Amino acid sequence: MSAIEIVAPKQEIMLRRDTFVGALKKLLPPRAVVADEAGRRTFETDALTAYKCMPLAVVLPTSTEEVSAVLRFCHLSQIRVVPRGAGTSLAGGALPSEDAVVLCLSRMNRVLETNFESRYVRVETGITNLGVSNAVAAAKFFYAPDPSSQLACSIGGNIGMNSGGAHCLKYGVTVNNVLGLKMVMMNGDIVEFGGPHLDAGGYDFLSLIVGSEGQFGVVTEATLRILRQSEGARPMMIGFASSEAAGACVAAIIGRGIVPVAMEFMDRPAIKVCEEFAQAGYPLDVEALLIIEVEGSEDEIQSLLGQIEEIAADFSPQMLRVSQSEAESAAIWKGRKAAFGAIGRISDYYCMDGVIPLASLPAALTGIAEICQQHALQVANIFHAGDGNLHPLILYNANDQDEKRRAELCGEKILKLCVALGGCLTGEHGVGIEKRELMSVQFNDVDLAQQMRVKSVFDPDWLLNPGKVFPLKAQEAYLARAR
Amino acid sequence: MHVSETYFPRSEEDLAGLVSDAVAKSVPLEICGNRTKSALGRPIQVGARISTRDMRGVTLYEPNELVISARSGTPLAEIETLLAANNQELVFEPCALERALTADAGEPTLGGVVATNASGPRRILRGAARDHVIGARAVNGSGEVIKSGGRVMKNVTGYDIARALAGSWGTLAVLSEITLKVLPKAEEARTLVCLNLTDEGAVSAMCRAVGSAYEVSGAVHLQQPFVERLSVPDIAAIGQAVTALRIENFSASVDYRLGRLHQDLKTFGTIYELDNVRSGAFWSDIRRLQFLTGSDWPLWRITAAPHQGARLVSALWAQMECRAAYDWSGGLIWLEVPPSTDASGTVLRRLIAEFQADAFLVRASAAARASVGVFQPLAEVNMNLIRRLKEAFDPHRILNPGRMYPGI
Repeated sequence: MSAIEIVAPKQEIMLRRDTFVGALKKLLPPRAVVADEAGRRTFETDALTAYKCMPLAVVLPTSTEEVSAVLRFCHLSQIRVVPRGAGTSLAGGALPSEDAVVLCLSRMNRVLETNFESRYVRVETGITNLGVSNAVAAAKFFYAPDPSSQLACSIGGNIGMNSGGAHCLKYGVTVNNVLGLKMVMMNGDIVEFGGPHLDAGGYDFLSLIVGSEGQFGVVTEATLRILRQSEGARPMMIGFASSEAAGACVAAIIGRGIVPVAMEFMDRPAIKVCEEFAQAGYPLDVEALLIIEVEGSEDEIQSLLGQIEEIAADFSPQMLRVSQSEAESAAIWKGRKAAFGAIGRISDYYCMDGVIPLASLPAALTGIAEICQQHALQVANIFHAGDGNLHPLILYNANDQDEKRRAELCGEKILKLCVALGGCLTGEHGVGIEKRELMSVQFNDVDLAQQMRVKSVFDPDWLLNPGKVFPLKAQEAYLARAR
Repeated sequence: MHVSETYFPRSEEDLAGLVSDAVAKSVPLEICGNRTKSALGRPIQVGARISTRDMRGVTLYEPNELVISARSGTPLAEIETLLAANNQELVFEPCALERALTADAGEPTLGGVVATNASGPRRILRGAARDHVIGARAVNGSGEVIKSGGRVMKNVTGYDIARALAGSWGTLAVLSEITLKVLPKAEEARTLVCLNLTDEGAVSAMCRAVGSAYEVSGAVHLQQPFVERLSVPDIAAIGQAVTALRIENFSASVDYRLGRLHQDLKTFGTIYELDNVRSGAFWSDIRRLQFLTGSDWPLWRITAAPHQGARLVSALWAQMECRAAYDWSGGLIWLEVPPSTDASGTVLRRLIAEFQADAFLVRASAAARASVGVFQPLAEVNMNLIRRLKEAFDPHRILNPGRMYPGI
């Protein structure tokens, strides 16, 4: 029995499944509707693989108009809809319910317009994150947010979860890099927000929609800010005898007025696993490793790395190594970006995404170690140190129901600790189903009711991506009051 | 709650009590800080006024974590002074919108800056005010205290209501406390200046500079009438259009980058350089909208895709007299038009729509602001969402009613 409840299907919808599938097949070309069991199986889960549920049907539209037709039909029939990009959500953001149509945007992946003078690109949202950067790389531009899954994850998913990445310390997260959106509302209406211009007047719907976890509408097109690549970039590695020393070093670098493009932290267990996977030359005899990257011309890089080396000297580094080649830089980042996969090779893991104030890092790591010890589980920690985003990876055996339960319990305690330290439940993965019930740890009933009223602005019948973000009981109570 | 009174709550609790009382007595409220921007937006009719000016003070500042929290009535200057003492700043460089109305507008509050999303020249490189809002506490139109976001840089826990309150002009909720991301101040700033470029040429130079790898943090082009109004005497006396490009960084980097940029822009004529001090004075004028003071012509603030900026102005010029100053590499146009009953709004709005741009009427008579509207009219599907969002925060429509759109 799963610990997290998947929203119960509406029986009146389940009973009419064949009728609905038939109707969808009339609305869309034949190969755009997946109704057979084998086909639907692909869409029963996302990257939170512990939870699975077969959807009613899957549609793969190729245009905004097709999306609109599907949503209008589902709205009239009161069928729930789960928008999906590449299905890489670690929070169960794309997990369907049994009575839901999964609307997958993977076939809408074109670049529609590129403008280097005004520095934007307009894309369909099924395109991968890396696909955007690749499309503008020849002109030496790039799209800044870089989640670790950037090879696979889609821009639509990034918009849903307001994804970050290792380099967002300098360049911001998705919301800071989206200029405009085209979205289909649940009733089929097509609506546009923003555009190639900055900061139009009026309410900032972009801020609300980015990070709304697919609960407001289906975003089909996005105008994204692109940036000119720096002349060069280089990472360095600094190993420390304690996480306290590493944390203090990060604070000192920022305190000196240097904001590197990325500052990544790994603890000893994470270093070991990533090194075995990537052979990046990570030191195996340190308690904490920082990967710090700076950008600029050759002279600027040298100067910044020199300053950082000088600052680090005050914290008794055990090792310090500046990347000596492009190949070494790539290996250093490969190890970090593949951390989840590397850990996945040795064990099942439950990846947390809490955020803490930087000064609380030692307290957080001690607390996490204690929590996992109490439950006899191992943990590896990866941390976007510059912005306080902590990824403890709790190792467990998914075939052992007791271990799975203990892992989820550890996760819950860790996130409560993050909130108690002044942080939050999730920095970039989203709430999804995974952290839904914990929302009341961070927000009171009034805060949650305000958020739910905003949800109702866009989707008054609560058909889009159901059973996510808010505690189930709070959703039910809100809807009972609203009706 | 008495009609025609101004209330100065000293705490969030007082504020919530006052709003609840106004709801109970159906008294629509003007929401303000120091009222420096009261003549911006549509004119409103209210029963009483709530000012946040006595809710002040910095409640948290952690320089090493790049975060500051302050009550909404805190004067902007107080925050900037504190940050400067730690070599940090509000990197979006708040734009003194109120000075477009009158040069001695007074000191704005942090709440006013965020509520109007007032971002200055550095917006083009580092983002707008809303991009730096990471948390907020506020009182909604039902008198409830709500919070969103927090004090950490990355946070996707729940919908981003804090950020969405930026730019909502006090019509959704009354901000009580705001948490912002701050950044270190650059060691040095220097500026390249080109003279006498056409608008088209200037936009092309600015786009090339901003699209370079040198992180240009300001790109403005002022037609000659605006140059005269600057406070730096020798620049004001130039008598030609001025195009300025700023680079901020560590001193050695500024040297290098400015040199490279100078090379890249050679085809745009003779280029002058402003040192750290003169550069500071020039950009302070830009940020404080010194170039818009001293005129009583109606003023529009237009945002467009930068490469369209000059074309848009030239299309406008074909239909009406106007003078234009460009910021954000051409993406922000300050347009002065001769006085008329509709502040040229009829013609202008039509062209704006063709260019996929957005126009905000800054300076005009109350009658013109009421009749032409201040914010760009939107499609009906957008207006419906705006109405519904207002309803979700302020169901009794008592917070700054009509300030942005009639009936909202």
